[in-house]
Amino acid sequence: MHEMSLAEGVLQLIEDAARDQGFNSVRTVWLEIGQMSSVEPEAMRFCFDAVTRDSIAEGAILEIIDTPGTGWCMACALTVPMQARYDPCPRCGSYQVQATGGTEMRVKELEVD
Amino acid sequence: MCTTCGCGSGETRVEGEAHDHDHAHAFKPLLGQGQLHYGLAHRQAPGMSQGRMVRIEQDILAKNNSYAAANRRCFADRGIFALNLVSSPGSGKTTLLVRTILALKGGLPLAVIEGDQQTSQDAERIRTTGAQAVQINTGRGCHLDAHMVGHAMEKLELPDAGVLMIENVGNLVCPAAFDLGEAHKVAILSVTEGEDKPIKYPDMFAAASLMLLNKCDLLPYLDFDVDQAIAYARCINPRLEVIRTSATSGEGMDDWLAWIMRGAATARGQGATGRG
Ligand SMILES: Nc1nc2c(ncn2[C@@H]2O[C@H](COP(=O)(O)OP(=O)(O)OP(=O)(O)O)[C@@H](O)[C@H]2O)c(=O)[nH]1
Ligand SMILES: [Mg+2]
Ligand SMILES: [Zn+2]
Ligand SMILES: [Zn+2]
Repeated sequence: MHEMSLAEGVLQLIEDAARDQGFNSVRTVWLEIGQMSSVEPEAMRFCFDAVTRDSIAEGAILEIIDTPGTGWCMACALTVPMQARYDPCPRCGSYQVQATGGTEMRVKELEVD
Repeated sequence: MCTTCGCGSGETRVEGEAHDHDHAHAFKPLLGQGQLHYGLAHRQAPGMSQGRMVRIEQDILAKNNSYAAANRRCFADRGIFALNLVSSPGSGKTTLLVRTILALKGGLPLAVIEGDQQTSQDAERIRTTGAQAVQINTGRGCHLDAHMVGHAMEKLELPDAGVLMIENVGNLVCPAAFDLGEAHKVAILSVTEGEDKPIKYPDMFAAASLMLLNKCDLLPYLDFDVDQAIAYARCINPRLEVIRTSATSGEGMDDWLAWIMRGAATARGQGATGRG
Protein backbone atom coordinates (compact mmCIF):
# COMPACT_ATOMS: atom_id res chain seq x y z
CA MET A 1 0.00 0.00 0.00
CA HIS A 2 0.91 3.69 -0.21
CA GLU A 3 4.65 3.01 -0.21
CA MET A 4 5.12 6.48 -1.71
CA SER A 5 3.91 8.24 1.43
CA LEU A 6 5.78 5.79 3.61
CA ALA A 7 8.97 6.55 1.69
CA GLU A 8 8.27 10.25 2.28
CA GLY A 9 7.93 9.43 5.98
CA VAL A 10 11.36 7.79 5.92
CA LEU A 11 12.88 10.84 4.25
CA GLN A 12 11.30 13.16 6.83
CA LEU A 13 12.84 11.16 9.67
CA ILE A 14 16.23 11.29 7.92
CA GLU A 15 15.97 15.04 7.42
CA ASP A 16 15.01 15.60 11.05
CA ALA A 17 17.99 13.52 12.15
CA ALA A 18 20.29 15.49 9.80
CA ARG A 19 19.11 18.73 11.40
CA ASP A 20 19.63 17.39 14.94
CA GLN A 21 22.86 15.51 14.38
CA GLY A 22 24.45 17.60 11.65
CA PHE A 23 25.26 15.29 8.76
CA ASN A 24 25.27 16.13 5.07
CA SER A 25 24.76 12.87 3.28
CA VAL A 26 23.47 9.39 3.91
CA ARG A 27 25.22 6.23 2.76
CA THR A 28 22.90 3.54 4.09
CA VAL A 29 19.43 3.39 5.59
CA TRP A 30 18.30 0.37 7.63
CA LEU A 31 14.58 -0.22 7.72
CA GLU A 32 12.85 -2.86 9.77
CA ILE A 33 9.78 -4.05 7.88
CA GLY A 34 7.61 -6.70 9.51
CA GLN A 35 6.17 -9.45 7.33
CA MET A 36 2.68 -8.43 8.48
CA SER A 37 3.17 -4.69 8.04
CA SER A 38 1.53 -4.61 4.58
CA VAL A 39 4.59 -2.90 3.11
CA GLU A 40 5.92 -4.45 -0.08
CA PRO A 41 9.73 -4.27 0.17
CA GLU A 42 10.18 -3.98 -3.61
CA ALA A 43 7.64 -1.18 -3.88
CA MET A 44 9.35 0.53 -0.96
CA ARG A 45 12.73 0.39 -2.74
CA PHE A 46 11.25 1.86 -5.88
CA CYS A 47 9.51 4.67 -4.01
CA PHE A 48 12.51 5.38 -1.80
CA ASP A 49 14.67 5.96 -4.87
CA ALA A 50 12.04 8.26 -6.35
CA VAL A 51 11.42 10.24 -3.17
CA THR A 52 15.08 10.72 -2.22
CA ARG A 53 16.12 12.12 -5.60
CA ASP A 54 17.67 15.58 -5.03
CA SER A 55 17.61 15.05 -1.29
CA ILE A 56 20.22 14.41 1.39
CA ALA A 57 19.57 10.67 0.98
CA GLU A 58 19.94 10.52 -2.79
CA GLY A 59 21.73 7.34 -3.81
CA ALA A 60 21.68 5.87 -0.32
CA ILE A 61 21.54 2.09 -0.04
CA LEU A 62 18.34 0.79 1.45
CA GLU A 63 18.83 -2.25 3.68
CA ILE A 64 15.55 -3.92 4.58
CA ILE A 65 15.49 -6.19 7.61
CA ASP A 66 12.34 -8.26 7.54
CA THR A 67 11.00 -9.55 10.82
CA PRO A 68 8.80 -12.65 10.93
CA GLY A 69 5.13 -12.51 11.87
CA THR A 70 4.15 -13.86 15.27
CA GLY A 71 0.94 -13.79 17.26
CA TRP A 72 -0.43 -14.74 20.68
CA CYS A 73 -3.16 -17.37 20.43
CA MET A 74 -5.56 -17.06 23.36
CA ALA A 75 -6.87 -20.60 22.92
CA CYS A 76 -3.43 -22.23 22.87
CA ALA A 77 -1.93 -19.64 25.27
CA LEU A 78 1.14 -19.74 23.06
CA THR A 79 3.10 -17.55 20.67
CA VAL A 80 2.52 -18.91 17.17
CA PRO A 81 3.98 -18.05 13.75
CA MET A 82 1.70 -16.01 11.49
CA GLN A 83 1.79 -15.38 7.74
CA ALA A 84 -0.84 -12.66 7.56
CA ARG A 85 -2.46 -10.39 10.08
CA TYR A 86 -5.94 -11.84 10.14
CA ASP A 87 -5.03 -15.50 9.70
CA PRO A 88 -6.28 -18.14 12.13
CA CYS A 89 -3.93 -19.88 14.56
CA PRO A 90 -1.89 -22.51 12.65
CA ARG A 91 -2.19 -24.93 15.61
CA CYS A 92 -5.87 -24.74 16.56
CA GLY A 93 -7.61 -22.70 13.85
CA SER A 94 -8.92 -20.07 16.28
CA TYR A 95 -9.21 -16.46 15.08
CA GLN A 96 -8.49 -15.16 18.58
CA VAL A 97 -4.90 -14.40 17.67
CA GLN A 98 -3.33 -11.06 18.52
CA ALA A 99 -0.41 -10.03 16.30
CA THR A 100 2.65 -9.54 18.51
CA GLY A 101 5.55 -9.32 16.07
CA GLY A 102 6.17 -8.55 12.44
CA THR A 103 3.89 -5.51 12.19
CA GLU A 104 6.66 -2.94 12.58
CA MET A 105 7.81 -0.50 9.95
CA ARG A 106 10.65 1.41 11.49
CA VAL A 107 13.72 3.37 10.52
CA LYS A 108 16.41 1.70 12.63
CA GLU A 109 19.72 3.24 11.79
CA LEU A 110 21.65 5.36 9.30
CA GLU A 111 25.21 5.39 8.12
CA VAL A 112 26.04 9.02 7.38
CA ASP A 113 28.85 11.43 6.55
CA MET B 1 -6.44 26.38 15.70
CA CYS B 2 -4.15 24.51 18.06
CA THR B 3 -0.87 24.02 16.24
CA THR B 4 1.31 25.98 13.89
CA CYS B 5 3.72 24.06 11.77
CA GLY B 6 4.58 26.43 8.97
CA CYS B 7 4.94 23.86 6.24
CA GLY B 8 2.89 21.85 3.81
CA SER B 9 3.47 19.03 1.47
CA GLY B 10 3.83 18.39 -2.20
CA GLU B 11 0.80 18.60 -4.40
CA THR B 12 -1.70 19.00 -1.63
CA ARG B 13 -4.12 21.87 -2.02
CA VAL B 14 -6.32 23.17 0.74
CA GLU B 15 -9.12 25.12 -0.93
CA GLY B 16 -7.07 25.51 -4.07
CA GLU B 17 -4.08 27.14 -2.34
CA ALA B 18 -0.79 25.41 -2.97
CA HIS B 19 0.90 24.56 0.23
CA ASP B 20 4.52 24.26 -0.71
CA HIS B 21 7.30 23.12 1.37
CA ASP B 22 10.89 22.89 0.60
CA HIS B 23 12.27 20.66 3.29
CA ALA B 24 13.01 17.92 0.80
CA HIS B 25 15.58 20.24 -0.66
CA ALA B 26 16.74 22.09 2.43
CA PHE B 27 20.01 20.23 2.64
CA LYS B 28 20.88 20.28 -1.00
CA PRO B 29 23.35 23.17 -0.81
CA LEU B 30 25.36 21.26 1.75
CA LEU B 31 25.84 18.54 -0.80
CA GLY B 32 27.34 21.06 -3.21
CA GLN B 33 30.93 21.64 -4.24
CA GLY B 34 33.71 19.53 -2.94
CA GLN B 35 31.38 16.84 -1.72
CA LEU B 36 31.78 13.55 -3.47
CA HIS B 37 28.64 11.70 -4.23
CA TYR B 38 29.22 8.04 -4.72
CA GLY B 39 25.76 6.80 -5.51
CA LEU B 40 24.67 3.25 -5.15
CA ALA B 41 27.95 1.36 -5.24
CA HIS B 42 29.92 3.46 -2.79
CA ARG B 43 29.61 1.25 0.21
CA GLN B 44 31.33 -1.65 -1.49
CA ALA B 45 34.26 0.49 -2.63
CA PRO B 46 37.43 -1.03 -1.16
CA GLY B 47 39.39 1.06 1.27
CA MET B 48 36.52 3.40 2.03
CA SER B 49 36.20 4.35 5.64
CA GLN B 50 32.98 3.62 7.41
CA GLY B 51 30.53 6.45 7.89
CA ARG B 52 29.15 7.54 11.23
CA MET B 53 26.26 5.45 12.55
CA VAL B 54 23.12 7.25 13.73
CA ARG B 55 20.41 5.37 15.60
CA ILE B 56 16.85 6.38 14.72
CA GLU B 57 14.50 3.60 15.96
CA GLN B 58 11.36 5.45 14.91
CA ASP B 59 8.18 4.29 13.25
CA ILE B 60 7.94 5.38 9.62
CA LEU B 61 4.59 6.95 10.42
CA ALA B 62 6.04 8.80 13.44
CA LYS B 63 5.64 12.18 11.75
CA ASN B 64 2.02 11.59 10.85
CA ASN B 65 1.36 10.17 14.29
CA SER B 66 2.72 13.27 16.00
CA TYR B 67 0.50 15.54 13.87
CA ALA B 68 -2.43 13.23 14.66
CA ALA B 69 -1.68 13.44 18.38
CA ALA B 70 -1.69 17.25 18.12
CA ASN B 71 -5.06 17.19 16.31
CA ARG B 72 -6.44 14.79 18.92
CA ARG B 73 -5.32 17.07 21.77
CA CYS B 74 -6.95 20.01 20.03
CA PHE B 75 -10.22 18.10 19.57
CA ALA B 76 -10.16 16.94 23.19
CA ASP B 77 -9.48 20.42 24.59
CA ARG B 78 -12.35 21.83 22.58
CA GLY B 79 -14.78 18.97 23.10
CA ILE B 80 -14.97 18.32 19.37
CA PHE B 81 -16.17 14.91 18.17
CA ALA B 82 -14.20 14.06 15.04
CA LEU B 83 -15.01 11.18 12.68
CA ASN B 84 -12.94 9.88 9.77
CA LEU B 85 -15.20 8.43 7.06
CA VAL B 86 -13.43 5.82 4.98
CA SER B 87 -14.63 3.70 2.08
CA SER B 88 -14.05 2.82 -1.54
CA PRO B 89 -15.06 5.49 -4.08
CA GLY B 90 -18.77 5.98 -4.52
CA SER B 91 -20.05 4.10 -1.45
CA GLY B 92 -22.17 7.13 -0.60
CA LYS B 93 -20.07 9.12 1.91
CA THR B 94 -21.06 12.56 0.65
CA THR B 95 -24.71 11.64 0.13
CA LEU B 96 -24.85 10.26 3.69
CA LEU B 97 -23.16 13.39 5.03
CA VAL B 98 -25.61 15.69 3.29
CA ARG B 99 -28.53 13.74 4.69
CA THR B 100 -26.93 13.64 8.15
CA ILE B 101 -26.37 17.40 8.20
CA LEU B 102 -29.92 18.12 7.13
CA ALA B 103 -31.23 15.81 9.84
CA LEU B 104 -29.00 17.33 12.54
CA LYS B 105 -29.65 20.87 11.48
CA GLY B 106 -29.94 23.21 14.42
CA GLY B 107 -28.97 20.42 16.79
CA LEU B 108 -25.20 20.31 16.74
CA PRO B 109 -22.62 22.64 15.18
CA LEU B 110 -20.97 20.62 12.42
CA ALA B 111 -18.25 21.14 9.84
CA VAL B 112 -16.81 18.94 7.12
CA ILE B 113 -13.35 18.38 5.71
CA GLU B 114 -13.57 16.81 2.26
CA GLY B 115 -10.66 14.85 0.80
CA ASP B 116 -10.50 14.02 -2.90
CA GLN B 117 -7.65 13.82 -5.38
CA GLN B 118 -9.26 16.50 -7.55
CA THR B 119 -12.24 18.89 -7.66
CA SER B 120 -14.14 20.68 -4.90
CA GLN B 121 -17.46 19.17 -5.90
CA ASP B 122 -17.99 17.34 -2.63
CA ALA B 123 -17.30 20.44 -0.51
CA GLU B 124 -19.77 22.33 -2.68
CA ARG B 125 -22.38 19.62 -2.17
CA ILE B 126 -21.89 19.97 1.60
CA ARG B 127 -22.14 23.79 1.47
CA THR B 128 -25.55 23.59 -0.21
CA THR B 129 -26.80 22.36 3.18
CA GLY B 130 -25.50 25.53 4.84
CA ALA B 131 -22.73 23.67 6.68
CA GLN B 132 -19.09 24.77 6.54
CA ALA B 133 -16.80 22.65 4.40
CA VAL B 134 -13.14 22.78 3.41
CA GLN B 135 -11.91 20.82 0.42
CA ILE B 136 -8.47 19.21 0.46
CA ASN B 137 -7.17 18.02 -2.90
CA THR B 138 -4.44 15.46 -2.44
CA GLY B 139 -3.23 15.45 -6.04
CA ARG B 140 -1.62 12.06 -6.54
CA GLY B 141 -2.01 11.27 -2.84
CA CYS B 142 -4.39 8.44 -2.10
CA HIS B 143 -5.34 9.38 1.47
CA LEU B 144 -5.56 12.32 3.86
CA ASP B 145 -2.84 12.70 6.47
CA ALA B 146 -2.94 14.38 9.86
CA HIS B 147 -0.87 17.33 8.72
CA MET B 148 -3.38 18.25 5.98
CA VAL B 149 -6.23 17.96 8.44
CA GLY B 150 -4.50 20.28 10.94
CA HIS B 151 -4.24 22.95 8.25
CA ALA B 152 -7.80 22.43 7.07
CA MET B 153 -8.94 23.00 10.67
CA GLU B 154 -7.39 26.47 10.50
CA LYS B 155 -9.84 27.33 7.72
CA LEU B 156 -12.90 26.23 9.65
CA GLU B 157 -14.68 28.16 12.35
CA LEU B 158 -15.99 25.16 14.18
CA PRO B 159 -17.35 26.10 17.59
CA ASP B 160 -16.24 24.14 20.65
CA ALA B 161 -18.27 21.01 21.34
CA GLY B 162 -19.09 20.61 17.64
CA VAL B 163 -18.85 17.65 15.29
CA LEU B 164 -16.13 17.39 12.65
CA MET B 165 -16.76 14.99 9.78
CA ILE B 166 -13.69 14.16 7.70
CA GLU B 167 -14.53 12.46 4.41
CA ASN B 168 -11.36 10.65 3.37
CA VAL B 169 -10.27 9.96 -0.20
CA GLY B 170 -12.25 7.04 -1.63
CA ASN B 171 -9.77 4.18 -1.15
CA LEU B 172 -10.15 1.01 0.90
CA VAL B 173 -6.43 0.59 1.50
CA CYS B 174 -4.27 3.56 2.43
CA PRO B 175 -6.47 5.67 4.73
CA ALA B 176 -6.41 2.80 7.24
CA ALA B 177 -2.77 3.48 8.12
CA PHE B 178 -3.00 7.25 8.57
CA ASP B 179 -4.37 8.40 11.89
CA LEU B 180 -5.90 11.87 11.55
CA GLY B 181 -6.57 12.36 15.27
CA GLU B 182 -10.22 11.30 14.93
CA ALA B 183 -12.26 9.70 17.71
CA HIS B 184 -13.35 6.91 15.36
CA LYS B 185 -13.00 5.70 11.82
CA VAL B 186 -16.36 4.92 10.26
CA ALA B 187 -16.16 2.49 7.33
CA ILE B 188 -18.90 2.73 4.75
CA LEU B 189 -19.53 -0.41 2.71
CA SER B 190 -22.22 -0.21 0.06
CA VAL B 191 -24.11 -3.34 -0.82
CA THR B 192 -23.18 -3.09 -4.50
CA GLU B 193 -19.52 -3.75 -3.63
CA GLY B 194 -19.90 -7.40 -2.57
CA GLU B 195 -19.90 -9.00 0.86
CA ASP B 196 -16.25 -10.08 0.64
CA LYS B 197 -14.72 -6.59 0.92
CA PRO B 198 -14.02 -6.83 4.68
CA ILE B 199 -11.82 -9.88 4.19
CA LYS B 200 -10.22 -8.58 0.99
CA TYR B 201 -9.33 -5.22 2.56
CA PRO B 202 -9.09 -6.14 6.23
CA ASP B 203 -7.01 -3.21 7.52
CA MET B 204 -9.81 -0.75 6.93
CA PHE B 205 -12.41 -2.79 8.77
CA ALA B 206 -9.96 -3.60 11.57
CA ALA B 207 -9.31 0.12 12.08
CA ALA B 208 -12.99 1.16 12.11
CA SER B 209 -15.30 1.33 15.15
CA LEU B 210 -18.50 1.45 13.12
CA MET B 211 -19.49 0.12 9.72
CA LEU B 212 -22.37 1.69 7.84
CA LEU B 213 -23.77 -0.83 5.40
CA ASN B 214 -25.12 1.64 2.87
CA LYS B 215 -27.44 1.53 -0.14
CA CYS B 216 -29.62 -1.02 1.63
CA ASP B 217 -32.53 0.24 -0.50
CA LEU B 218 -30.90 -1.70 -3.37
CA LEU B 219 -30.87 -5.07 -1.56
CA PRO B 220 -34.02 -6.37 -3.33
CA TYR B 221 -32.19 -6.09 -6.66
CA LEU B 222 -28.95 -7.77 -5.58
CA ASP B 223 -27.55 -11.08 -4.37
CA PHE B 224 -25.74 -9.37 -1.52
CA ASP B 225 -25.70 -11.50 1.66
CA VAL B 226 -25.96 -9.04 4.56
CA ASP B 227 -25.28 -11.59 7.30
CA GLN B 228 -22.22 -12.90 5.50
CA ALA B 229 -20.85 -9.37 5.04
CA ILE B 230 -21.28 -8.64 8.75
CA ALA B 231 -19.80 -12.02 9.70
CA TYR B 232 -16.74 -11.34 7.53
CA ALA B 233 -16.32 -7.88 9.06
CA ARG B 234 -16.60 -9.21 12.63
CA CYS B 235 -14.13 -11.97 11.83
CA ILE B 236 -11.60 -9.17 11.22
CA ASN B 237 -12.90 -6.94 14.02
CA PRO B 238 -15.11 -8.63 16.64
CA ARG B 239 -16.02 -5.29 18.28
CA LEU B 240 -17.21 -3.60 15.08
CA GLU B 241 -20.64 -1.98 15.38
CA VAL B 242 -22.85 -2.17 12.28
CA ILE B 243 -25.76 0.00 11.13
CA ARG B 244 -27.68 -0.69 7.92
CA THR B 245 -28.37 2.57 6.13
CA SER B 246 -29.74 4.03 2.97
CA ALA B 247 -28.85 7.60 2.17
CA THR B 248 -31.72 7.69 -0.32
CA SER B 249 -34.58 6.11 1.67
CA GLY B 250 -33.36 7.25 5.08
CA GLU B 251 -33.26 3.73 6.53
CA GLY B 252 -30.99 3.51 9.57
CA MET B 253 -30.52 7.26 9.84
CA ASP B 254 -32.03 7.40 13.33
CA ASP B 255 -29.53 4.84 14.64
CA TRP B 256 -26.66 6.64 12.94
CA LEU B 257 -27.74 10.02 14.32
CA ALA B 258 -28.10 8.53 17.81
CA TRP B 259 -24.58 7.08 17.52
CA ILE B 260 -23.23 10.53 16.61
CA MET B 261 -25.12 12.22 19.44
CA ARG B 262 -23.73 9.77 21.99
CA GLY B 263 -20.18 10.31 20.76
CA ALA B 264 -20.61 14.07 20.70
CA ALA B 265 -21.96 14.06 24.26
CA THR B 266 -18.94 12.08 25.45
CA ALA B 267 -16.51 14.39 23.64
CA ARG B 268 -18.29 17.45 25.04
CA GLY B 269 -18.03 16.03 28.58
CA GLN B 270 -14.31 15.40 28.19
CA GLY B 271 -13.78 18.84 26.70
CA ALA B 272 -15.64 20.46 29.61
CA THR B 273 -13.49 18.56 32.10
CA GLY B 274 -10.35 19.57 30.23
CA ARG B 275 -11.36 23.23 30.07
CA GLY B 276 -12.86 23.23 33.56
N1 LIG C 1 -29.47 3.72 -4.21
C1 LIG C 1 -28.63 4.40 -3.43
N2 LIG C 1 -27.71 5.20 -4.00
C2 LIG C 1 -26.87 5.88 -3.20
C3 LIG C 1 -26.93 5.79 -1.79
N3 LIG C 1 -25.96 6.57 -1.28
C4 LIG C 1 -25.33 7.14 -2.32
N4 LIG C 1 -25.88 6.73 -3.48
C5 LIG C 1 -25.44 7.10 -4.84
O1 LIG C 1 -24.13 6.62 -5.04
C6 LIG C 1 -23.37 7.51 -5.85
C7 LIG C 1 -22.09 7.92 -5.14
O2 LIG C 1 -22.43 8.64 -3.96
P1 LIG C 1 -21.45 9.66 -3.27
O3 LIG C 1 -22.14 10.18 -2.06
O4 LIG C 1 -20.91 10.66 -4.23
O5 LIG C 1 -20.28 8.68 -2.84
P2 LIG C 1 -18.88 9.03 -2.17
O6 LIG C 1 -18.56 7.88 -1.30
O7 LIG C 1 -18.94 10.37 -1.53
O8 LIG C 1 -17.92 9.05 -3.42
P3 LIG C 1 -16.40 9.60 -3.53
O9 LIG C 1 -16.31 10.85 -2.69
O10 LIG C 1 -16.22 9.87 -4.97
O11 LIG C 1 -15.55 8.50 -3.01
C8 LIG C 1 -24.29 8.68 -6.13
O12 LIG C 1 -24.86 8.50 -7.40
C9 LIG C 1 -25.33 8.59 -5.03
O13 LIG C 1 -26.58 9.12 -5.42
C10 LIG C 1 -27.93 4.93 -1.22
O14 LIG C 1 -28.05 4.76 0.00
N5 LIG C 1 -28.73 4.26 -2.10
MG1 LIG D 1 -17.64 12.01 -1.74
ZN1 LIG E 1 -2.03 4.44 -1.50
ZN1 LIG F 1 -4.25 -21.69 18.76
